[in-house]
Amino acid sequence: MLATSRNFAANARAGLADQNLQRALAIMTQSGFPLRRRDAVAKLPEFEALRETGRTIKEHTLAYLDFYLELYEERVISAGGEVHWARTPNEARAAVLEICQAAGTKTVTKGKSMIAEEIGLNDFLEQNGITPVETDLGEYIIQLRREPPSHLIAPAMHLVKEQVADTFRAAHRELEPNRPLAEPRQLCDEARALLRPRFLAADVGITGANFLVAETGSSVIVTNEGNGDLTQTLPRVHIVLASLEKLVPTFEDAASLLRLLARSATGQEFSSYTTVSTGPRRPGDLDGPDAYHVVLLDNGRSAMLGGEFHDMLRCIRCAACLNHCPVYAATGGHAYGWVYPGPMGAVLTPGLIGIDEAAPLPNASTLCGRCESVCPVMIPLPKMLRHWREREYAKKLIPPVWRTGLSLWSWVARRPALYHALSEIASRGLGWAAGRRGRFRNLPFAAGWTSARDLPAPEGRSFHNLWAERVKRGANR
Amino acid sequence: MSGARADIIASIRRSLRRGRVDAQTEAELRAQVAAHRRNLIPARAAALDHSGQIDLFVAMAEEVQATVARVPSVEAVPEAVVRYLAAENLPAELVMAPDLGLDDVPWETRPLLRIRRGRAEPEDAVSLTPCFAAVAETGTLMLVSGPRTPTTLNFLPDTHIAVVRADQVVATYEDGWDRLRADGPLPRAVNFITGPSRTGDIEQRIVLGAHGPRRLHIVVVENGQEVRNGEGQE
Repeated sequence: MLATSRNFAANARAGLADQNLQRALAIMTQSGFPLRRRDAVAKLPEFEALRETGRTIKEHTLAYLDFYLELYEERVISAGGEVHWARTPNEARAAVLEICQAAGTKTVTKGKSMIAEEIGLNDFLEQNGITPVETDLGEYIIQLRREPPSHLIAPAMHLVKEQVADTFRAAHRELEPNRPLAEPRQLCDEARALLRPRFLAADVGITGANFLVAETGSSVIVTNEGNGDLTQTLPRVHIVLASLEKLVPTFEDAASLLRLLARSATGQEFSSYTTVSTGPRRPGDLDGPDAYHVVLLDNGRSAMLGGEFHDMLRCIRCAACLNHCPVYAATGGHAYGWVYPGPMGAVLTPGLIGIDEAAPLPNASTLCGRCESVCPVMIPLPKMLRHWREREYAKKLIPPVWRTGLSLWSWVARRPALYHALSEIASRGLGWAAGRRGRFRNLPFAAGWTSARDLPAPEGRSFHNLWAERVKRGANR
Repeated sequence: MSGARADIIASIRRSLRRGRVDAQTEAELRAQVAAHRRNLIPARAAALDHSGQIDLFVAMAEEVQATVARVPSVEAVPEAVVRYLAAENLPAELVMAPDLGLDDVPWETRPLLRIRRGRAEPEDAVSLTPCFAAVAETGTLMLVSGPRTPTTLNFLPDTHIAVVRADQVVATYEDGWDRLRADGPLPRAVNFITGPSRTGDIEQRIVLGAHGPRRLHIVVVENGQEVRNGEGQE
C-alpha cells in the first residue's frame, strides 16, 4: 500500500471537513469504545496489576525472542504444521502465493489481519489471479470500497450506516435495488448471507494471529463475528499471517494478555470467540484444514529490539490508544496515511516505512499522555514520539522555518538570564498590545491558533517570578 | 526460506547484543515453560466455591446474550432442548456431536426430536454439542475439536445449544487448560466461546449473529457428572 503519511496535514484537513467521518468519530468517542472500556476496567479490580503482568510477559518474551521462536517452530512442526520465515513483505507475499498456487485455489477467504494490510496482500493476490474475500464485516465493507482500514479493530469505523448501505447497493447488484438497508441489522444480515457461500467454497483460509504460543506451537485468534473460525475451519488449507512479536511462552501467558485485550479494545469482558489452533486436522477428525502454515514476518522488527523503539514490540493491537487520542478523534485513521493509525501508528509507521516517508506522524500528537495511560502493556508512546521528533530534527525533515525557530528557542532557553529577560519583555509587550480586551483575535506567526480561537494575552507576572517570591517567603515547605 | 530464518534469528541476537542463549539459560527457560506457572489470577471466580462458580458462569453467560436453562439431571435435557426449540419457533431437528457423553442423555424420551450425529453441514439450523469445560470468570464455554466433537458444529448453524455438566464448570481459563493438558495431546482447535456471534462494525451498534450462531443456548446439568470414565470428550 502506498503511504500518504507525508501528507498528514492535508489528510487531516480533509478528515475535519468530512461530515460523515466526524459523525462516525463522535459516535465512537461519545458512546463507544472509551466508555465501554472504562466500565469493563471498573469491573475488574486487578486490571491495573494485570497491565504490569502484561508488560512483564512481553518483555520476557522479547528478551529471549530467538529462543522462543525456535521453540515455537519446533512445536508447530511436531503438530504437523509448517513455518515460513519472511524477512520482508515481499518474501511473505511470495510464501502465501506459493501455498495458494500449490493448493490450486482461485479464491481465498480472509479473517482480519493487520499483517496482510502491512504487506499489501490483497492487491498482490489479485495481480496473481487469486480473489481474496474479506470476511470480517468491517473489512468486507472497506474491501468493497477499496479503502484501507481506518482503525485497528473496527476497520470501517470512519463510515456511517448510510454510506455502508450505498456501498452494498452498488456492489450487490443481483439483489432487489429497493430493499430496506437502513439499519445495521439489515446490513449485517446481507453480508452474512452473501459471504456464507464464499466461506464454503474457499480452498484456502488466511487469518492473522493475536498470539503465538511457543510451548504448543499454537496460534490464537480473537474475533466477535466468528468469521475467523469459519475461515480457518472450512477450507483445506489454513495460513496464519503473524509477525515475530506475537509470541508468548505459554498458554498461561496468553490467558493473562487475553484478560487485557478485549477489555482494552471493545470494553468486553472477553470476545465472543477466542480460538487456539494447533496444526492441521488430526486422524479421525471430521473437519478442519488438511494443512496448517504460518508465515512469520520480520519486516524490521528484529532490528527494533533493544533500541529506542523496543517498547513498541509489546503492542497487542487493542486500539485503546486510538480510541483515547484527541488527534485520532478529530482526524480519523486515514489521515495517518498508512496501515497503522493513531498513537501506536505514529510510533510504528516510521519504524516500518522509514521516518522520511512518515515524517509528520510523530507530530500528530499533543503528547497529552492518554494513550500511555490506557495502554494494556504500558508502552510509553509519548516518549517514543519525542524520540522520533528528535530524529526528524536531526535528519532535517521539518521545514526550515521550524528548525530555525526551534534552534533559536533552544539557544535562548539554555541561557536562563537571557530567557527570563526576554520572556519578561515579551509578556509585557503582549499584555500592552492586547490592551483592555486582554486577548488577540489574530497575531502574526500564530494564525494557526487564532484562526479558530482567540489567544489570551499574558497578564501580570510569570511563573518564575511567582515561584521566586514564594521561595523568598519560605512558603514552599 | 532457511536463509530468511537464519537472518532473522541473527538480527534478533545482534539487536539483543548477545549470541545464542547458553545451555544453562536454555534449560531454565525450558523448565519455566514446562512449569506452566500462572500469572496474576483475578479473584472474581477463583475466590468462589464451586456452586458460586456455577452461578457466576450462568450470570456472565447471560450478560453476553447467551440463554441458560438449568436442569436437575441428564434425564431433563431432552425436555429442555425441545422446550427451547419450540419457544424460539425452531423446528424440532438438530445435528448433534457424536460424543459419548451425550449418549447418556435419554433422547428416546422425545421421539419427535429428529437428531443426526456428525459434523455440521450448511443446511443445519441447530447444533447440539457437549463442552470440555465452562469458565466461570466470563461465562465462557471451552470446546475442543476431535473425532467426536467436530468444530463446524460450533460455528455453522444459526443456533448452537451446548450441554454443560456442573462438574465441568471451572473458575478460570487456566483451570480449563490444566484439565486439557491432563487429558492428553492438544487437540487441533480449542474454542473459547462467550455468547453468540456479534459485530459492532457499523456505527458501534452491537448486532448479534454476524457470521457464527445468532443464538447460544446453554443447558446446565446441575448434578451432571462424567459417567463414562475418560470418554466424555475426545
